[in-house]
Amino acid sequence: MTDDNDPALVCPAPINQHAQILLAHGGGGKLMQQLLDSVFLPAFANPLLNARHDGAVIELGTTRLAFTTDSYVVQPLFFPGGDIGSLAVNGTVNDLAMCGARPLFLSAGFIIEEGLPMETLQRVVTSMRHAAHAAGVTIVTGDTKVVDKGKGDGLFINTAGIGIIEHSLRIAPDAIQPGDAILLSGDIGRHGIAIMAMREGLDFESTIESDCAALAAPVLELIHAGIDIHCLRDLTRGGLAAALIEIAEAAHLQIDIEESLIPVVQEVQGACELLGLDPLHVANEGRFVAFIPAAQVNQALNILHRHPLGQEACLIGHVQHGIAGRVTLQSRIGVQRIVDRLSGEQLPRIC
Amino acid sequence: MKFVDEYRDKDAAARMAAAIAQVTTRLWTIMEICGGQTHAIVKYGVDRLLPDAITLIHGPGCPVCVTPVELIDKALEIAALPEVIFCSFGDMLRVPGSHSDLLTIKANGGDVRIVYAPLDAVKLAQHHPEKQVVFFAVGFETTAPATALAVLQASQLNITNFSMLVAHVCVPPAMEMILSAPHNQVQGFLAAGHVCTVMGYTEYELLAQRYRTPIIVTGFEPLDILHGIYLCVKQLEAGRATVENQYARAVRREGSREAQQIITEVFEVTHRQWRGLGVIAGSGLGLRERYAGFDAVRRFGAAAPGAMTPTECISGLVLQGVKKPQECPAFGTRCTPEQPLGAPMVSTEGACAAYYRYRRLPNSRTALQETNP
Amino acid sequence: MCLAVPGKILSITDEDDALLCAARVSFGGIVKEISLAGVPEAKLGDYVIVHAGFALARLDEQEAQRVFTTLRQMDETSR
Repeated sequence: MTDDNDPALVCPAPINQHAQILLAHGGGGKLMQQLLDSVFLPAFANPLLNARHDGAVIELGTTRLAFTTDSYVVQPLFFPGGDIGSLAVNGTVNDLAMCGARPLFLSAGFIIEEGLPMETLQRVVTSMRHAAHAAGVTIVTGDTKVVDKGKGDGLFINTAGIGIIEHSLRIAPDAIQPGDAILLSGDIGRHGIAIMAMREGLDFESTIESDCAALAAPVLELIHAGIDIHCLRDLTRGGLAAALIEIAEAAHLQIDIEESLIPVVQEVQGACELLGLDPLHVANEGRFVAFIPAAQVNQALNILHRHPLGQEACLIGHVQHGIAGRVTLQSRIGVQRIVDRLSGEQLPRIC
Repeated sequence: MKFVDEYRDKDAAARMAAAIAQVTTRLWTIMEICGGQTHAIVKYGVDRLLPDAITLIHGPGCPVCVTPVELIDKALEIAALPEVIFCSFGDMLRVPGSHSDLLTIKANGGDVRIVYAPLDAVKLAQHHPEKQVVFFAVGFETTAPATALAVLQASQLNITNFSMLVAHVCVPPAMEMILSAPHNQVQGFLAAGHVCTVMGYTEYELLAQRYRTPIIVTGFEPLDILHGIYLCVKQLEAGRATVENQYARAVRREGSREAQQIITEVFEVTHRQWRGLGVIAGSGLGLRERYAGFDAVRRFGAAAPGAMTPTECISGLVLQGVKKPQECPAFGTRCTPEQPLGAPMVSTEGACAAYYRYRRLPNSRTALQETNP
Repeated sequence: MCLAVPGKILSITDEDDALLCAARVSFGGIVKEISLAGVPEAKLGDYVIVHAGFALARLDEQEAQRVFTTLRQMDETSR
């Protein structure tokens, strides 16, 4: 918090009062948004970046490419259902898929801490090979750096990706229309809970595995079937809540969802109840939301239900004019409330 | 999930709300004591299902919100020491002390760890004999058995590198303070169900009688809270004032004898300062002399008297239910969860944080209604 | 305050010292080791309400139905 609690000395509209970076700045919540808005976006300002979508869509002559990057700093490196390697591949593949692109090529940059066992690196790299093969992408270039022991959390990976857009849809927040339906591809919270289950001081026995997966295939099936997709977003850190809030803000529209329509499997619910977590804010790595015309909902759900990654796909809400940037949730007992970003990482609680 | 989902049923909630409307003929003001109940009310919108004649005001039952600033500052001082592993429930990490908070100490290199159970801190002490492991024992009587057990186990296992910074508070003295206050508006109470699971509710019978106020021991799910309000209104309408147990599936009148024994073995009643409210006599728990070896204050020195920089925070008035969060001039502008001026904006069950997160605007009824077709 | 969650006892580690009594408790399928020092009478298959790793009380299934019985009675009287 700020060193200065005296309101008389505080600027009435502070954007960023932190003198140093906090862990929460990377959490996908409000503080991260503040960091983007106050440091990165102003510095690099350009129309492509300001579109604020998962990836940039670049036009080269008649060809449209999607280009994106992501870095992976997860601890532990290995968790039920995946590892930093499969995350690094699928995460970037998914950002490309969310532009409606067919992912083609990845780069992979490694920052390795001195002392990391060779066997660990081997496991990660093998996992990346499998994930890339499953996603239909090739890793074509890369980089390796080693840092002093103590200067890196074992292993950091950055992947950048290029995909090709082979349709004429414009898939972006500003293509969303009032009245659009919002589809969710499956149940939420698995990744965050799988990681939490291993965390010292909070650990528990669980069969939950991360939902880490490449989402390009179900998305491309929707596009090929003629679904007029207006916008896509994969859920990551910050969960369903962060994804919907970002989109509502970028689209300047209001999103209304219903709690009783959002699927959460029992074990994830159990873990969330125990630790006092809201599943809406728990991380995912293999789920997406799609904004489509309401008239195509049944057709889209039929397509998704036939795909292994979309079997639990469902309608969770709609878009309206309302108040720009607002996301509301109709609670289980039928009363509407606001869904807000958390100020940082969601912490377990006992109160 | 059994014992959870059925108490969040929409249809049952609507029927209970209708029943409340049916028995309500006059204006009533009811306080729910517990922050967990406040959180559920605002998150599920329970108050929106009530007839206008019923006003719910939110009580000081947020141990995070009421932990004295001096103790937070002491925690920060200890957590910054290189030889210390400082363990805490997640709730305390963002609570502001005079100048900082645990999360910032962590960012600056302090070894601050979140644990689920106090016994986890004892295990850490066993695994790290070269470190001093300190646990921040915050919470009502509900949490005291768990922290007391940690001390007992550490004692039995002769673990010398474990200590606790104790900030436990007790509910009945706070209720009495509210009831005896000259400006008290509270006509009926929803008592904290989980506190009563441990302590039972015999302590409340005298309060109900002396202040002629019905006290309903209430659970935490929407249906529990609605049921508790129903029972409270029925008593108020009939002019009765007794203690009734809504949360009978978990609470017995005498509470848990074993849990109480564990508490009294390790803790004794003390005076305690409540942040924003001042000192309430006999409202805290402190380590007994024979376990003083586990007291972090003994080990690391007493907390300095709070040199609290004055802020606009009116948490005291909010905690007593005299003001609602949105009536605070700083609410949502100078005071937000990212830059809180006081504890109720930080704690997940603080009234200010709940209103900000789920309602945000001053007149929330209007704010959401304007978006409905 | 006091987030406490219902869980089902899957197995009990009996100890001579009641204070060390613990159980593996399932919360919707995830399992955690919980102290039973506060509920020594708890048995396999019982549901307990758990806070900060400590079982506070056994949940009474009959009492749990009380609010639903009340609702049914209300429905009947309003007809």
